[in-house]
Amino acid sequence: MTERLSSNAATPPTGPNLLTRLLRAREASLVLILLVLVGTTAALNSRFLSAQSLRDLALNVAIVALVVVGQTLVLLMKHVDLSVSSVLGLTAFLSGSLFVTHPNLPVPLAFLAGIGIGALLGVVNGLLVAYGKVPALVATLGTLYVFRGVDYAIVHGGQITASNLPAAFSTFASGAVLGVPFLVLLVLAVMIAFSVYLRSYRSGREYYAVGSNVDAAVLAGIDVNRRVLTGFVLSGAIAGLAGVLYLARFGTVDAAAGSGIELQVIAAAVVGGVAITGGVGTIAGAGIGALLLGVIGSALVALRAPAFWQQAIQGALLLLAISVDIILAKRAARAMQERSHR
Amino acid sequence: MSVPQKPARSLLGWEAAILGLVVVALLIGSRLHEAFLTGPNLSNLSSNLVEIALIALTMTLVVVAAEIDLSVASTVGMCSALLGVLWAAHAPMPLALLATLALGALAGLFNGLLVTRLGLPSLAVTIGTLALYRGLAYALLGDRAVADFPPFWTNLGFGLVPGTQIPIPIVAFAVLAVITAVVLHATPFGRSLYAIGANELAARFAGLRVERTKLLLFVLSGLMSAFAAVVYTFRFSSARADNAVGLELAVIAAVLLGGVSIFGGRGSVIGVIGAVFLIGIIQNALTLADVPNEILTIVTGLLLILSVLGPNLAARVRTSRERRVARSKGGAP
Repeated sequence: MTERLSSNAATPPTGPNLLTRLLRAREASLVLILLVLVGTTAALNSRFLSAQSLRDLALNVAIVALVVVGQTLVLLMKHVDLSVSSVLGLTAFLSGSLFVTHPNLPVPLAFLAGIGIGALLGVVNGLLVAYGKVPALVATLGTLYVFRGVDYAIVHGGQITASNLPAAFSTFASGAVLGVPFLVLLVLAVMIAFSVYLRSYRSGREYYAVGSNVDAAVLAGIDVNRRVLTGFVLSGAIAGLAGVLYLARFGTVDAAAGSGIELQVIAAAVVGGVAITGGVGTIAGAGIGALLLGVIGSALVALRAPAFWQQAIQGALLLLAISVDIILAKRAARAMQERSHR
Repeated sequence: MSVPQKPARSLLGWEAAILGLVVVALLIGSRLHEAFLTGPNLSNLSSNLVEIALIALTMTLVVVAAEIDLSVASTVGMCSALLGVLWAAHAPMPLALLATLALGALAGLFNGLLVTRLGLPSLAVTIGTLALYRGLAYALLGDRAVADFPPFWTNLGFGLVPGTQIPIPIVAFAVLAVITAVVLHATPFGRSLYAIGANELAARFAGLRVERTKLLLFVLSGLMSAFAAVVYTFRFSSARADNAVGLELAVIAAVLLGGVSIFGGRGSVIGVIGAVFLIGIIQNALTLADVPNEILTIVTGLLLILSVLGPNLAARVRTSRERRVARSKGGAP
């Protein structure tokens, strides 16, 4: 299966200087696009930068950006986790029903429950991919169905509403420090933690090693299976946390909560420079990708683009971002192996 | 890593297993409910999965060549919207149909050009066009629905072949299935798909025109999606922008369950058709037996996982046994 890697995987894993410079350049160009977009929109509609609209934007982006963190870990290893939307939906409902059955449940326990359930679902994915050798696309497409089916079976037409939730929990989305909602701060903290982990820890670097060249990673003494399993468990746990935050943000959760979010998440990661071919990408880039998609969405609203055209424009921009990103990456990769064949 | 060493033989085994499971499912279904093995029910069953079955044919070709097309369901939505808009604008139906099919081919061509000319991965491209084409469907039709299609045409969508219980679209599917099977299994073009899927570099060195072949595959995939859109629109007598949302996952689930390797180079039309009907039969039988819908979703997901996990585990057992029996044929790839 590795032969499909063909030419670009033959890139020598050496040359970190060029690689980091390239990554930095890609993040810089994303930030530039972002600034131009925000500037133009704000010039045309001053309300775009009002506190309320920025707060809504941040809350909307935060949940996707959080799920992208876990997805990045998996994508770095050349796998993919399509089941995140179902994990999010399931944990959102289950943590909500904890509040229904135990109205006095301490809020941190709800978070722990969400993370724990998410991690458990991640174990299923990880075992299938790492030890069952089921391709991640197939395994997580399967569990996307299974987890959502379990969700529907448990929910059984019911729904959680804001009135079921303790006030201390709901303030998580409404409360703010210096205008920044708690929810956004928490997501930022998770992103920074994983950024540092991927950058500066041995096991964090292993994600890149596994995705760049599995055989080399094995020869380097990395326990690839364990790394893959851990990646999926983390992705599940983070999606579980996102489920709890989704509950706090929206208050109302039914069995369809979060459906389809997996494509947004993957799109954000890819736009943010995380290569689906593995081994390349950063949490910061992926986060900027999520922000960019969110800004495009709200800019279209602020610019009063015809409602039914908005999705088409978003799709076209997404496609453009993906194409430009991959073409730039390819050009850089080609420059790096200038001396070798082709 | 754990890919079996004798793909041809193990593939035959998988097809036989799928077809065997279809028979078992039919038997169990007939036990579960007396209405199961009746003409009207089987007619209804096959009618319900005809769009998935149609798109699965071209998806088989695409996945065998180690590519993927996630935009098929959005293409269905876009083409259905166009058909609705043209009909609402009083275009003659043959012209509207032609334009719809052309739009599908164009959508596929766009995917194909991005993949072959720019060298972008098809997964990324078609996630992008999944959003784009669905968006264009809304741009074309908004949240309106066009429903006043003439009975002559809608009858082709849900009507039966006179004197039988066979839905008319299933006849079209049967013809296309035979054509696809012949093309994939008995023409140089079909064989070249396996070569490209198994090892693109080697296929290139062997002189195969990889780019042109892939471009053609995406066009075919778009064209088939447009045809499925026509069937869908007439079958429900309704053109809406959100027609067939999420259908791509069902199609891919069927293709993979049918034994096509997601890494390309392996698979057969028979296996995929078996898988489409296996999923349809199981869902129909469970519905008749009053099994709730969510269990059907779980069963579909489990089938998909087991379709790969099962052969993998079997292959692992087999190789460890072979290793014990003979050491002459070690592990040379």
